[in-house]
Amino acid sequence: MTRILFLEAKTEFLKLLRMRAYVTFTLLFPLMFYCFFGLAMSTQSAGHFPPMSRYLLATYGAFAVMGVTLYAFGVGVAVERGLGWLQLKRASPMPAAAYFFAKFAVSLAFSAIVVAALFGLGAGFGGVRMPLTQWLALYVTLLAGGAPFCALGLIIGSLAGPNSASPTVNLIYLPMSICSGLWMPLPFLPHAMQSIAPLLPSYHLAQLALSVMNAPSQGTPFDHLQALAGFTFLFAGIAWFAHARESEKMYG
Amino acid sequence: MAVAELKFVTKSYGPVRALRGVDLTIDAGEILALLGPNGAGKTTAVRILLGLTEATSGRASVFGYEPSSMDARVRRGAMLQIGKVPETIKVREHIELFSAYYPNPMSMAQIVAAAGLQGIENRLFGELSGGQKQRVLFALAICGNPQLLCLDEPTVGLDVEARRALWRSIRAFQARGGSVLLTTHYLDEADALANRIAVIAEGRIVAQGTPAEIKRRGDAEDLEDAFLAIMSETQNTLEEVL
Repeated sequence: MTRILFLEAKTEFLKLLRMRAYVTFTLLFPLMFYCFFGLAMSTQSAGHFPPMSRYLLATYGAFAVMGVTLYAFGVGVAVERGLGWLQLKRASPMPAAAYFFAKFAVSLAFSAIVVAALFGLGAGFGGVRMPLTQWLALYVTLLAGGAPFCALGLIIGSLAGPNSASPTVNLIYLPMSICSGLWMPLPFLPHAMQSIAPLLPSYHLAQLALSVMNAPSQGTPFDHLQALAGFTFLFAGIAWFAHARESEKMYG
Repeated sequence: MAVAELKFVTKSYGPVRALRGVDLTIDAGEILALLGPNGAGKTTAVRILLGLTEATSGRASVFGYEPSSMDARVRRGAMLQIGKVPETIKVREHIELFSAYYPNPMSMAQIVAAAGLQGIENRLFGELSGGQKQRVLFALAICGNPQLLCLDEPTVGLDVEARRALWRSIRAFQARGGSVLLTTHYLDEADALANRIAVIAEGRIVAQGTPAEIKRRGDAEDLEDAFLAIMSETQNTLEEVL
C-alpha cells in the first residue's frame, strides 16, 4: 500500500511537472507577480503601511497555494473523470484513496516549492527579515491553508466537464484572489470588494498569514482559523455530495 | 468452466433500456467476441463485468465474485475506450504504477515484450502514435498477470499493421492460458480472433456460436453476410413483437 501511494504521488508529480501550462500558471505567475508588485514597488510603502515586499509575501503565498491546489484537483479530476482515465483505474485494483492521496500530496509538494521560492525572493531581493521561527510558522500556515482549496477543487473536479474545468477554475481563482486582497492590499481596493472579502476562504488565509508575520491584519487569528476550518468542512461536504451524484450518473 | 458470466442482466439508463436480458458466459481459455452495431449494448455489458456500473436486474459475476470486488479486480485486466490518457507520463512509468496495483505482476521486461513496446519505454505517452498508444493500454491491461481480459473495441481507429500487431498480442495472451472478452464491430476481427461469437442487437443476444456456426445460422459464406442476415431477421422479429 505504501508503495502504491508513493508511486501514485510520484507519477502525479511528474505528470504536472512536465505540463508547461501547469508550471507556468501555478508556479511562475505568482513569482512573477510578486516580483512586479512586491519587489519593484517595494519602496512605495504608504505611511504606516509595511513595505510591499513584506505584506505581499503573505498574500502571494496564499495566491500560489490556492492556484497549485485548485488546478491539481479541479482540472486534474475533471479531465481524468470526464475522459475515461479514472474509469480504467477504478476497474483496476487501485485503492480509491490512492488517487485522491496523490492529488493531495502533489498539491502540498508544489505549494512547498512555490512558497519556498517566494520566501527566497522576499528575503533575497525584498529585504524581508524575520526570526526563523516566524518564517517556519508562515510556511506551515500557508501550506496547511491549502486544505479548503483541495475540497473546493474536488467540487469543481466532480461537476465541471473536461473542457470547462480550466475556465471554471480561472473564473473562481482570479476574482477570488483579487477580492481577497491577494494581488493588492485590501485597503487599496474599492469598498465593495473590501466588504465581500470576508466571505472568501482566501481572505481568511491571507489575513491569518499576515498576522503570523505580525503585519497589520483584520480580525483575530482565531476567527480566521475558524473560518478556514468552516470552509474546509463545507466544501468537503459539498464535494462528497457532488462526487456521489456524479458517480451515480457515471457508474450506476 | 465459466470465468465470467451475465445472467439475465438488464440495464436501464432512465427510459433507455441498454440491456434487455442478456445471458453471456465466458469460458476458461476462450476468446469470446461480443459483436454488434454501435449502441447495441456492448460497452454496457463490459462495464457491468468491470464493476463500473451495476445491472438494473439479473446477476453478473467474475470468477464467482462481484465484478467490483477486489477479488475480481486483481484477476482481471481491461482496455477501455479512453478519450485522454495522461500524456506527460512515460510508458515505463505508466506500467510501473499499474503493476504496483496487483499482487503478482509480470516483470517489466515481460510486459514490454508481450505488448511490443521495445524501444519506446522511455517515451512520453503523448508522443506515441495511435497504434503505440493502444499497445501501452494493452500493457496496462495485462501487466497484473490477469486471467481475464476485457477489451472494449481495442483496435478502433488503428491501421492494418497496428491491428494485426495487437491481434498477435491477444492470441499470445490466450496461448498463456488467459480468457478474453472482446467487443468489436469489425467482423473480420471477430472472425480472426474469436473461438466464439455472441451477436448483440438492441440489448439482446440474438445469436451465439463459433464463427462457423454464426455463418451457417446466417446462411452465408462470410461473416459479414451472416451478420447482416441475422440483423435483418432480428429487425423483423422485433417488428412482429411490437
